[in-house]
This record gives sequence, structure tokens and C-alpha cells, in this order.
Amino acid sequence: MGKINGSQAIIKCLQEEGVNTIFGFPGGAVIDLFDELMDSGIKNVLVRHEQGAVHAADGYARVTGEVGVALLTSGPGATNGVTGIATAYLDSIPIVVLTGQVPTALIGNDAFQEVDIVGITRPCTKHNYLVKDAKDLVPTLREAFHVARTGRPGPVLVDLPKDVVATMINFPERKPVRMQTYQPTYEPHMGQIEKACKTILGAKRPVLYVGGGVILSNANEELTELARRLDIPVTMTLMGLGGFPGTDPLSMGMLGMHGSYTANMAVSQCDVLIAVGARFDDRVTGRIDAFAPHAKIIHIDIDPTSISKNVKVDIPIVADCKHALTAMNTWLTQAKDLNEDEIKTKHEPWLATVNEWTEKHPMAYATDGEIIKPQYVIEMLSKLTGGDAIITTEVGQHQMWTAQFYKFNRPRRFITSGGLGTMGFGLPAAIGAKMAFPDELVIDVAGDGSIQMNIQELATAKQYGCPVKIAILNNNYLGMVRQWQELFYDKRYAGTVMEVTPDFVKLAEAYGAVGLRATKASEVEGVIKKALATDNLVIMDFTIAREEGVFPMVPAGKATTEMLLV
Amino acid sequence: MKHTLSVLLQNKPGVLSRVTGLFSGRGFNIESLSVAETLDASVSSLTLVTSGNDAIVEQITKQLHKLIDVIKVTDVSEGEFVEREMVLIRVKAESNTRAEVLRVIDIFRGKVVDVSPKSYTVEVTGSTTKIKAIIDILKPIGIKEIVRTGTIAMARASKS
Ligand SMILES: Cc1ncc(C[n+]2csc(CCOP(=O)(O)OP(=O)(O)O)c2C)c(N)n1
Ligand SMILES: [Mg+2]
Repeated sequence: MGKINGSQAIIKCLQEEGVNTIFGFPGGAVIDLFDELMDSGIKNVLVRHEQGAVHAADGYARVTGEVGVALLTSGPGATNGVTGIATAYLDSIPIVVLTGQVPTALIGNDAFQEVDIVGITRPCTKHNYLVKDAKDLVPTLREAFHVARTGRPGPVLVDLPKDVVATMINFPERKPVRMQTYQPTYEPHMGQIEKACKTILGAKRPVLYVGGGVILSNANEELTELARRLDIPVTMTLMGLGGFPGTDPLSMGMLGMHGSYTANMAVSQCDVLIAVGARFDDRVTGRIDAFAPHAKIIHIDIDPTSISKNVKVDIPIVADCKHALTAMNTWLTQAKDLNEDEIKTKHEPWLATVNEWTEKHPMAYATDGEIIKPQYVIEMLSKLTGGDAIITTEVGQHQMWTAQFYKFNRPRRFITSGGLGTMGFGLPAAIGAKMAFPDELVIDVAGDGSIQMNIQELATAKQYGCPVKIAILNNNYLGMVRQWQELFYDKRYAGTVMEVTPDFVKLAEAYGAVGLRATKASEVEGVIKKALATDNLVIMDFTIAREEGVFPMVPAGKATTEMLLV
Repeated sequence: MKHTLSVLLQNKPGVLSRVTGLFSGRGFNIESLSVAETLDASVSSLTLVTSGNDAIVEQITKQLHKLIDVIKVTDVSEGEFVEREMVLIRVKAESNTRAEVLRVIDIFRGKVVDVSPKSYTVEVTGSTTKIKAIIDILKPIGIKEIVRTGTIAMARASKS
């Protein structure tokens, strides 16, 4: 094969990696690449803001488990993408972001649309590269995909100077990527697996604490097997929802700041805590010394830095969650003299206690005549979609109500910005999800505040025939912040009242979408049904109880047993 | 507690900033840092002195290791190790103090590397304690300028 130019080589790399959709926005530094993409067979989705491109690539990655790809121009294009990159970084989502850069000869000269994007994104990428020499282009791209998808996944940025992309090169043959300095540990240490299993068998009050790692490593089945064979109750972090079926009797729902009473009580009383792909985030632990104070802690994580970072762990297992759980299940199967029914019987009193907590304080809310309670909207969505839609969210109260009241039974169905908490994530992420799975129902549960942060992506959805449904829980407030002000700032609603909000129904129509509104509880079901029955892009605007709060709530810095219940 | 970490890294642009960025971003301490290439020009060796309790130092070591360009991290202060630092001191040396300055330098096995009518520039090598000692002694005589390399360290070879 003769020489090809850098753009052609990049396209070939993308094809090698199985990429069929990328999300991008053009500019001077990437015109060549856009030109080459046009006839490449790769779908190039033109977003309306670069943040949207990165969130869409992220949403695509979350639902498929594949690497999402975004292509941005240099300078402002690249900086607009930074929030998206940080969002993916905090939730360990595999994406590759390609940015244009000024020609190498101009780098460092404050050239037009030059920024040091590699420097800017160093702390919020898993790794990043500036390709200065055309011969490094292909190996770098291959390495970028490898780094993004292996180990603890994460975003990788590759900065591409315009002259490098224009250079003619020989396309090197494909070989497996080998990196001397990067070799994540997938297989668990068998001695640790044995220790962990024996500790679990010795427990009277075990709890499985499940995080996003279970979803990232596709370990939900192995986890479910472990929980069910020994009757161990399960709680999930925001990122872990769907890792274990939400309707299973062993599910205690989410834990932490807005977790269920049951989950937080169970963690406070358990004698063995099995953390799987979770990282003891402060929103989960509350006051750290009061978190699982009586428990021996087993922690499975592929990232050694997550282990014993916030909480001292008794049995660390550095491994891929799927491999470690498989090893544990195998150990249990092979264990001599193990009677699993006996273990289940031993756990009966513990499960009874857990059920009593749920009876005492179930995840519930008070209805109020025709006023629409947001929780009711989520319950209705859950019911009318059979709990099986892909749900994305923005950030705020609506996000927490979704986590609490939508019953996720499968992984990769709940797509939310957990670590960074990025308002504006939900709509572009929904577009990314819908691009990946055009036949699936995709709903963005939004707040009236958040939806305005990337509302421009309605045009993207419309242009690409991407009929996602948006359900706005409209309280005319930046509700989550208002809730803190109500509870801790004497109800001084500084900067949280949305005095001007667009008419979302008209706004939908302006974008060629369908706008629906419900202002009474009795209208909710009809509106959702109508939205689900339309082929078009839909905005549902639900006028909800304005000052409804998210409960339970553990005030920041308090022990997780110190929950405010109403 | 003070810890001396020896880190091998790929000798590529931007690698040092990944290390220092990690320390500033996560609020870890850097007391001194020195870096240069090894026999293999594609690999640099970095000695970093930091402080913190065991949990913090464990986290620092793991975080360094997680950086993709880092090849190896060793906490040399966990075992026997040699550490050295070099300092250049420009000290006031006028007719009445010249002799004393030379005596001090001699005691510390230092070298005068530059002379002017009013000063000596002295090179001294040793452990951080020794460097600190000579600085303390020369200070009252009048130190005009000082440059230190930061510590470099190596684990002792095994005796068996
Ligand atoms: C980009 C960004 N800016 C600010 C915040 C802080 N913040 C968290 S929740 C929230 C309110 C969100 O309001 P809305 O989208 O209406 O949701 P609600 O809480 O009312 O359901 C704000 C401002 C954030 N998470 N992200
Ligand atoms: Mg709101």
C-alpha cells in the first residue's frame, strides 16, 4: 500500500477500532479530518456545542461499553469540551477525544485558536497525547483506544497539529498494543479471594456495596449470583444502579446522601461490607469514621488508588470486578463442607431486620391532590416503560428522584453524571445513547435549570432523527440548591429562583419537536403515554410541587444514620 | 514522616508536569525534587522528598504508579539508602573572614569553585543534614546566594 495522509490514517484507525459514529464540531484545525470523514462511512454527528459532543460520546460509551469518540477543533472547540472530559473522567467512562491543534511550527506562539489543551486536560484525562511527529500518529491513536478501554476506563485526549494530520505516511501494520508502563491487573490474588470468601461465610450481617465498577466490567450477573446464593442484601451507589436488579427482594436501593433508610442503616450495622467497584465517595460515606463502623471491609477494585483511599480496607482485592466475582463464585462452588442453605438460614434474622427497616421507612412520598409530585412522575415513567427504558438525567433533585423511584433492573440503563454532577449532561448523553441503540426508548429526566445548559442539542436530535423524550420536572427553581438553602440557610433562596423560564412547549415546537404539558396529577399518565406513542422528539413539561424535597437526606458531613426523613 | 521516593519515568515532554500536577492537584507535599536522565536516555530518574502519614504516602506511591509514563516507584526510605545533595553557596569572604571560611569549608570537605575580592563560591556535597549544618555555620558570616540541587537517593545494594 502506498502512502496516505494523516487524516486518512486517522479514519483507518477509527475503523480498526470498530468506531461507526463520532460526535464533532468543525473548525480550521480539523477541516481536513471532516473532509475525509465525509466519505468514510463513519457517521459524523454534528452537535451544536462541543460540550454536547463529548457528553454524547460519553452517553454512547455508557450504554454500549465501547469507546465513544468526539472530534473537536483547536482552541475554543477544545476548551468547550473540557467539562465533558472531566465528566467522563470522574465516572471512568472510556472515550477518545480528538482535538485539532495549530501546526507544530506555531505551537507556543499564541497562534490563532491555540491553547495548550494537553496541559489543560492533564488532570482530567486518564492520559493524553500531543502528536508532534506524523510517524507517531497511528501508534498513538491505537494506544489511546487501548488506554481508554482497559483497566479502569477513562477519557483519553489526542491533540493533532494540522501539519501532522496533513503529512503523508505509511500506515503501519496492526499489532496488539503493548505498553511497558501500563499493565492493569485483571486477575485477583487467589489467597485474597479465599480470605474474602471465608470472611463472608463467617458473617452474620453482610452487605454488598456495589458501584459503577460492576457495570463497567459487565459483572452484574456474577454479582447477582453471589448475592442470591448466600442471601446477601445489596445496596448500590448512584453509579451502580442497575448492577443488581432493583426489584429483587435483596435490593436495598441506593445508599448515601439520598439513599434509602434501609441501605444506610444496613451499612451502619453490618459486620462484613463487600465493596465491589465502588470508591467510598463522600456522598456515599457521610462522616467517614461513622461509615460501616462494625464491619470488616472487603474491597474489590481494578484501581489500587481507590483502595484504602478514604476508608481503611481489611481485605483488598486488586482486580477486574468480573474476574474477582467469578473467582469468588468458583471458590464457593468448590468449597468442601459448604452448605449454602445453612448460610442462608444464618442470614435470615439479618434479612428480617433489613425488611423491618424498609417497612418502617419505605421509599415513599405524600400525595397532594392534583399537585404533581415529582416522585409520582418517575413512578409513572417506570411503570409505563416497564422499567426498561434507557434513562439519562441532568443533575439536581430530579436526578435523585429518578435514582430513588425508577426501578432499574439492568445495567447500562441509568446514564447519569455521578462524580462531577454535570448539569447539561442528560440531553446530549441521551442523543449518544439513542445513536447507539436507535430502537431503544431513551428518556432524559431533566430539571428546568439543567435542561437549559445544553438545550441547543435539540437541533442535533432533530437533525439526526433521534427522537429522545425529555421529561422536565419543572419546579422553577434550581431545586437541589434551593433544598439546601431551605434546610441550612434559613430559606434564603439566593440565586436559585428561575424568574424567567422559557415556555418549554413552544420551545419544543420551535425545534420541530412535540411539546406536552401536565399541570395536574391526573394529566401525568396521559402525557407520558402520548409522548411514548409519538415518533418525534418530545419535551414533556411537568409542573411539579415547587418546594418538594429529596428525602431521606444525610446532611453533608453527618453520619449516614443521621438521616432527615421528611 | 519524611519519605524519599525514587521514581523512574519515561523521558518524554510533559511527564514532569504530570508528576508535579499530581502533587499539587491532590494536595501532597513536595519538599524537594530532582530529575535527570539515566543511562538509558529514554528513561529519567526522579528523586522526590515528601512527607505525610503512612496512608498519605501509600496513596502518593499508588497515584504515581498510576501515571502511565511512570515505570517504577520505590520508597527508598523504607530500607537502607544513600542520599546526597549538592549546594553552591556564595559566602562573604573579606580579609577578616577568609581564613575562617576556608577552615569551615575544609571541615565539610567542600571546594571553593569561584573567588572574588569579596566572596567565595563554595561547593559542598552530602546528606541533607550536612548541608543544613554548613549553611547554619556560614550564615552568621554572611551568605549572599545559595542554590541547592535537592536530594538524590539510591537504595543500598543488598549485602548478600
Ligand atoms: C454545571 C453545573 N453548575 C452548577 C451545579 C450546581 N447544582 C447542582 S444541582 C443544581 C440545581 C439544578 O436545577 P434543576 O436542573 O432545575 O434541577 P432540580 O434540582 O430543580 O430538579 C445546581 C445549580 C451543577 N451541578 N452543575
Ligand atoms: Mg428545577
